[in-house]
Amino acid sequence: MTVILPAPRGSLGTGTGLLWLRDMLRIRRFEETCAQLYSETKIRGFLHLYIGEEAVAVGTMEALTPDDSVVATYREHGQALLRGIPMKVILAEFYGRAEGCCRGRGGSMHLFDRTRRFFGGNGIVAAGLPVAVGLALAERMQSGGPGRFGDPGHVGDNVVACYFGDGAVAEGEFHESVNLAALWRLPVVFFCENNQYAMGTALARSHSQTNLAIKAASYEVPAWQVDGMDVEAVASAAARAVEAVRNGAGPHFLELLTYRFRAHSMYDPDRYRDKGEIERWRARDPISILADRLREAGALDDAGMRGIEDDVAAEIAAAVAFAEAGQPESVADLTRFVTSEGGQP
Amino acid sequence: MSVGTRAVPTGAATGTYREALREAMRDALRRDDRVFLMGEDVGAYGGAFAVSLGLLEEFGPDRIRDTPLSESAFVGAGIGAALGGMRPIVEIMTVNFSLLALDQLLNNAATLLHMSGGQYNVPLVVRMTTGAGRQLAAQHSHSLEGWYAHIPGLRILAPATIDDARGMLWPALEDPDPVLIFEHGSLYNVSGALSDPPAEVDICHAAIRRPGADLTLVTYGGTLPLTLDAAQLLAAEGCDAEVVDLRVLRPLDTATFLESVRRTHRAVVIDEGWRSGSLAAEVSARLMEEAFDDLDAPVGRVCSAEVPMPYARHMEQAALPSADKVAEAARRVLAGG
Ligand SMILES: Cc1ncc(C[n+]2csc(CCOP(=O)(O)OP(=O)(O)O)c2C)c(N)n1
Ligand SMILES: [Mg+2]
Repeated sequence: MTVILPAPRGSLGTGTGLLWLRDMLRIRRFEETCAQLYSETKIRGFLHLYIGEEAVAVGTMEALTPDDSVVATYREHGQALLRGIPMKVILAEFYGRAEGCCRGRGGSMHLFDRTRRFFGGNGIVAAGLPVAVGLALAERMQSGGPGRFGDPGHVGDNVVACYFGDGAVAEGEFHESVNLAALWRLPVVFFCENNQYAMGTALARSHSQTNLAIKAASYEVPAWQVDGMDVEAVASAAARAVEAVRNGAGPHFLELLTYRFRAHSMYDPDRYRDKGEIERWRARDPISILADRLREAGALDDAGMRGIEDDVAAEIAAAVAFAEAGQPESVADLTRFVTSEGGQP
Repeated sequence: MSVGTRAVPTGAATGTYREALREAMRDALRRDDRVFLMGEDVGAYGGAFAVSLGLLEEFGPDRIRDTPLSESAFVGAGIGAALGGMRPIVEIMTVNFSLLALDQLLNNAATLLHMSGGQYNVPLVVRMTTGAGRQLAAQHSHSLEGWYAHIPGLRILAPATIDDARGMLWPALEDPDPVLIFEHGSLYNVSGALSDPPAEVDICHAAIRRPGADLTLVTYGGTLPLTLDAAQLLAAEGCDAEVVDLRVLRPLDTATFLESVRRTHRAVVIDEGWRSGSLAAEVSARLMEEAFDDLDAPVGRVCSAEVPMPYARHMEQAALPSADKVAEAARRVLAGG
């Protein structure tokens, strides 16, 4: 049932490749800046960096349209940026400012943007999966298609993309949600970001079956393992899965094999893995892999790379200036948004 | 003071609390395409307490959705469906099993609006059975609505009358935020007048179910009938007790019971939850904070004994509030101060 997809070769359109490179660099450099700002105590609380995993978000989100929905985890800065939430608004959120995408109420773990159908930013491991299934159910019920066991799928649904880690697969909510989505043939695509660790717990120390795609496949969900360090492989697998889901084939599951180069969060002293392992994965840095391929193809040179880096640096500088100038929300507003304004009399 | 039932019924048929709940769902399903029901055994079985009996036949399996035994997933899916524009009614078989969905209710339903800085409200209604009294032993007899009433962002309703069973669902569905409705298992077979057209009820205020001058009995849900019985016992002794039905456990309508106690100067709070950290504790704390000078005696409380609910009937009865225990507590409060 599970298939490890090889990275397709020679299919890389160089225009797309350069955009992917740029997107990965935006995430990488933005988060490097955030780490710096964290050590300067401009950013507080938990901060979970995505560095090393950029190809996963870039390759998968390529397959989505603005009408699709995205549900992510606390490690969602990449998805938030790619969804189009302005970097400055994300950084203002990290600064706890009123200009942040959630007015500073959410912080780095809870980025939301209603206009972009970005549904968080969930800090409870696996808690986004049931919500994603429900969004897909709403999609199905509103599109007028059937959504029951045994029914044929419905063509043309918007898709819900649900991101979660390898750790989440050990939670009951993963199993409940994948089963429910399959049972009702809902338009949801499960993107499992398998970065080999749940905090300090290595995959093999929490999963009796370390091939996570097999678990999803046992629910009659088409499931593949994909090289998550190769953005082309990710994009081609995601395109295939999302297209199938959109065409009524029911939920799909991709296990994206990746690695976080940094600690779990800024609190983590990273004592549980050896440096050699980190180095081996760094040798497969998704940004270098793509950049090398683009250079080979003659689509990128040093000047081109510098141009992208300069653009990204300018965007980050503007974001920092914006966040620095941001204002704290008035304490008088503390209890707003507990319930809807203009709700019950 | 405000009374929950406002409209004057023009005609009345007899019905049960269960039928009133079913009628409320039927009405909502007819009125609004976005409304659907989902939960364990709500369809083919007709609901564990037969509340949804017949709805599958009438509305079909898309709108009356049987779910697997996955409380967290189907409550979370209710949240997602609500975010996606639907108006789900999620039935959790009983409050005991809601613990498997507690994370979704607390960390998602109740918090999304605030965490998102006001962007994502969750128009979800969750119904569940609560309470003891049917010899179902420790794991099937909880009264945990007081726990849920602790949570900012949720509205908690406890219909204790047939009119409330009939009337609370629609305003709950109109509420832009999550609403939990607790139906006490002992009430399903209670029958009485079913107002026609249905009485209009709000989901904001407590109601005075029996006016009185000498003492205020504050309660809600499954303990309302026995509290009214206690008021009868007291009446025979010359004490005229007022009975306040909280109806809405969050946000608590403090004004109604405060106003009552300012007139009667004495209060007993009756709550099937465990005494420590109970809703009764909250009501009595508010009375102490806001009506201290009006009280002629310390506030009394009748709650469940702090034991896991025993199976044997005599032991279960010993653990639960009863009309006699309420009357006894009232006599102590009347004698004090
Ligand atoms: C239900 C729950 N349990 C524990 C935690 C604490 N925690 C936060 S992240 C995490 C590891 C999750 O690992 P994984 O799902 O692989 O995601 P990753 O952080 O690797 O992206 C843990 C245990 C939590 N947030 N939620
Ligand atoms: Mg992980």
